[in-house]
Amino acid sequence: MDEIMKPLPIIDNDSKFFWEGCEKNKLFIQQCQSCSLHIFYPRILCPHCGEENVTWVEASGEGTIYSYTIARRAGGPAFKGDLPYCVALVELEEGVRMMTNIIDTDMEAIHCNQKVKVVFQKVGEMALPMFTPV
Amino acid sequence: MSIKNAAAIVGVGDIELEDGKVKDGLSVMQIQAIAAKRALDDAGLSKSDVDGLFVAGLWGVPGVGTFPSVVMGEYLGIEPNYTDSTQIGGSSFEAHIGHAAAAIQAGLCEVALILYGSTQKSERSRSLAGRPPTFTAQYETPFGLPSPAGAYAMAANRHMHQYGTTNEDLAEIAVATRKWAQLNPFATKRDTISIEDVLQSPMITDPLHLLDCCLVTDGAGAVVLVSPERAKDCRKKPVWILGQGEAHSHWSIQAMPDLTVTSAAQSGKRAFEMAGVGHDDIDFVEIYDSFTITVLLTLESLGFCKRGEGGDFVKNQRTAPGGDFPMNTNGGGLSYAHPGMYGIFLIIEAVRQLRGECGERQVKEAKIGLVNGTGGTLSSTSVVILGRD
Ligand SMILES: [Zn+2]
Repeated sequence: MDEIMKPLPIIDNDSKFFWEGCEKNKLFIQQCQSCSLHIFYPRILCPHCGEENVTWVEASGEGTIYSYTIARRAGGPAFKGDLPYCVALVELEEGVRMMTNIIDTDMEAIHCNQKVKVVFQKVGEMALPMFTPV
Repeated sequence: MSIKNAAAIVGVGDIELEDGKVKDGLSVMQIQAIAAKRALDDAGLSKSDVDGLFVAGLWGVPGVGTFPSVVMGEYLGIEPNYTDSTQIGGSSFEAHIGHAAAAIQAGLCEVALILYGSTQKSERSRSLAGRPPTFTAQYETPFGLPSPAGAYAMAANRHMHQYGTTNEDLAEIAVATRKWAQLNPFATKRDTISIEDVLQSPMITDPLHLLDCCLVTDGAGAVVLVSPERAKDCRKKPVWILGQGEAHSHWSIQAMPDLTVTSAAQSGKRAFEMAGVGHDDIDFVEIYDSFTITVLLTLESLGFCKRGEGGDFVKNQRTAPGGDFPMNTNGGGLSYAHPGMYGIFLIIEAVRQLRGECGERQVKEAKIGLVNGTGGTLSSTSVVILGRD
């Protein structure tokens, strides 16, 4: 039986730099030069102040779990083999939140506010930013 | 600018389900037509009276765009002066009510028809898979979040973390809602359940069990809204729009500002202010129950209790028949039906309660009801406050 391919990000003009960074095991987010707030996901203008003056900065890669869920039913057939697995919202030190998986840990011990750091996981041809407890 | 008393609901219609499915293999267009005809008959109007058409849905002829109000206008033979396909998820119809009332007040139309239909259960078209990983979904779908349940589960976990809310608190809502369904002959699930049954039901995505999740069914509904002038000649007594508000705070769950507060805090506030009523004036509520946690967050966000106190608020079957806070009186999305976008059925039930048409499940002396729709992943909300003469 053929393995069902995992859905991989379809790169666009907003996200190209971000995913290329992941390929080099670097986590880039945006920062607005007008209001200095950080931005994720990447976009062409700042959602905080509306200015176009956004640049890329490398994130520390550390943060905390804002919330999470342990999937007992798969979010699509490609994830069935991974069950149970953790999907989380990680709040980076820079203040932005991103969806990710928490890996290489005891699923039952995962909790809100847990400290985590980024690890880049090869999925197909791409590297996805996942997190693991520190 | 207020739309208080600018329009009245004079007709509602829906269709029967068998085990959550439409009968005889009816199509999504057929069931909308039937619901529309029933709502117009209910009002004592015909399709030639309709000059405003409001349609949102998950169906569509495959291809470029879906044009719901245009497609249904053609099917029904309606050429409206005012058209609106606002699609903000399950709360779309509460938004349509506000838009229709404003259009009526402005004299842009007199008789508005709001429509929804879905055959998702018959088609077996629903799954937990996320959207294709393009545009903003490229930052979510690759991580396999069961959709949309996983997003609501994360909200529940955060609420539990911040406030000590428990699975038992959430189960109170599922059990109370089932008791209302047992009084509604048209409800899909009517067997008795206990708190323990909810806790013992299979875990879908922590901390949400199967019985914390809404049903997956077919369904169709229609609502007819008219100007005060036209309401005088209708068959049924008017149910007035006293207040309405709408809001959205994010689209994807990672962008929700606070996972424990929905934008019902804003849309509800606007609706209450417009209606000029307080929480104690509300005789019953119809709260969007895609999941038990949706209800808990919404009750807090609407200000029926303080932030974090939703668990205490729903304790001891307070929202069940005979309790002092009648809620989701048709059995809700949890036990009556949930055809993808549930919001129109909340309005239909509220209208029937205010007319005193609800038989065994009738809330005594129901004069003012609050309806809340929630769409997407806690993304959009719209609140309507309705009242009778
Ligand atoms: Zn800015």
